[in-house]
Amino acid sequence: MSLSNEQVNRLARLARLAVSDEALDITRIQLDGILALIARMEAVDTTGVTPMSHPQELAARLRADEVVETDRRAAFQAIAPQAEAGLYLVPKVIE
Amino acid sequence: MSRSDWEIVIGLEVHAQLNTASKIFSAASTAFGAPPNVQASAVDIALPGVLPVLNRGAVERAIRLGLALDAHIAPKSVFARKNYFYPDLPKGYQISQFELPVVQGGTITIQVGEGDKGHEKTIRLTRAHLEEDAGKSLHEDFHGMSGIDLNRAGTPLLEIVSEPDMRSSAEAVAYARALHALVCWIDICDGNMQEGSFRCDANVSVRKKGETALGTRREIKNLNSFRFLQQAIDYEAGWQIDTLEDGGKIEQATVLFDPDTGETRMMRSKEDAHDYRYFPDPDLLPLLIEPEWIERVRATMPELPAAMKARFIRDFGLSAYDASTLTASREMADHFQQTVAIVGAAQAKLCANWIMGELAARLNKAGIELAAAPVSPVQLAGLLMRIADNTLSNAIARKVFDALWNGEGRSADEIIDAQGLRQLTDRGAIETLIDEVLAANPKSVEEFRAGKEKAFNALVGQVMKASRGKASPAQVNEILRHKLSNLPPNR
Repeated sequence: MSLSNEQVNRLARLARLAVSDEALDITRIQLDGILALIARMEAVDTTGVTPMSHPQELAARLRADEVVETDRRAAFQAIAPQAEAGLYLVPKVIE
Repeated sequence: MSRSDWEIVIGLEVHAQLNTASKIFSAASTAFGAPPNVQASAVDIALPGVLPVLNRGAVERAIRLGLALDAHIAPKSVFARKNYFYPDLPKGYQISQFELPVVQGGTITIQVGEGDKGHEKTIRLTRAHLEEDAGKSLHEDFHGMSGIDLNRAGTPLLEIVSEPDMRSSAEAVAYARALHALVCWIDICDGNMQEGSFRCDANVSVRKKGETALGTRREIKNLNSFRFLQQAIDYEAGWQIDTLEDGGKIEQATVLFDPDTGETRMMRSKEDAHDYRYFPDPDLLPLLIEPEWIERVRATMPELPAAMKARFIRDFGLSAYDASTLTASREMADHFQQTVAIVGAAQAKLCANWIMGELAARLNKAGIELAAAPVSPVQLAGLLMRIADNTLSNAIARKVFDALWNGEGRSADEIIDAQGLRQLTDRGAIETLIDEVLAANPKSVEEFRAGKEKAFNALVGQVMKASRGKASPAQVNEILRHKLSNLPPNR
């Protein structure tokens, strides 16, 4: 299986990555290499094997429903690019 | 062709915020209304290197819902990443469940319409899964930028998905109301729709009657009131039917409802629909729920509304409609049960009538919830017992209820004694009153003897007035008629 440049562009858009025209070919070739590896793995007969979501048979540890965190807004916002009135500011987005 | 040739098909997705103290994957508070970002921890704002840890309280609430819907509670469920970019989702993905949700299947029975015209319908659920809420974007002007508040980010949600089993906006609203009542009843969600604790998305499609394949659906997002849910579905279904009848085609899309215009409008088409690229979240191991845990939760479950409704019909002889109304909320059911416990099961219908009638009307008029009612079940029971034993007529009972409502006394008995409202049942006393009225109104008596029935009513009115409303009208009628027919001819 090999990807088209359009598919690479679509993936890049979904992942919010800027792939320049110059980098397009090399990105496609690298992704094709990864897909080839996946194709080899897919060739293995896995009939009757339940897919695992995680590599180890372990269960989630649960936390008691208690509020332990304190307000650390000032420290967090000190490293934010822009904040005002307690809010993080981002380029305007309206859907 | 007309609209009656079409069938509307509706499925709902409800997001219920769970009433845990802390968030689903962090130990920050979920309290509503705090100043922006003071309840957003390092996990909630997605600082690098942080790890989510699942809240046991959120899982327990999912189990409660599963039990209440008689659904399958998955012994193993998996958290997945739902990838999309939006500034109020700082990780770039929402932790949700995809292939293996915690609650699978289940049903809920709804009551559509009122009284004799109403009918019951069972709606199937597809699933309910645990996920985290996003933050909020504020689009007021911050120098051309948007402000982001992440207090809500990480608030636990159950997304509850129905099968496309509803066929009208009325059914959709009845389902949403029943689900809303249920999540409040089992105490997993505060149900506050203004604060966004219970939000509905409606999937709407239409098809010609008799067709079995589903039409192309459009999804109406974020309906936060039952009224908007109804209006949005009615508008959307009408729009789809008109479009198809005009030879157009429905394209799958997400739409928003504008309450000001009452219309739905396209938010995004399938063209640029999100490709969420779900995959299991490597930061979270599978959630295992042992049968013992389910049994421990089962032991803490309250009697469910459907079971309580059946019991009210069986034990109290109430109609299905009365029993449905009284079990519409846990507060209402508790109020009724506490009242009946005092007044007695034999007077259950009287209790039901007063709670659904006088009390509900007063609450409605005052715009307050039952929990804030100034008349307690004990006070109401005290009043109803005086109706049951004929101390009060219904009319006077309403006056006593008013007095209780206005805090003019602690109990019905106290008000009855203080205001001298006890119903006059002493036959001798009523006869005396009637004799006085007859003596004072010879003209009315003459008119009655001349065959004017109106004069009789006037005399009853005079007697009631003389008793200051305390005589029983039925008893006055009977004695007065007897006396008039036994008067000596022309004194």
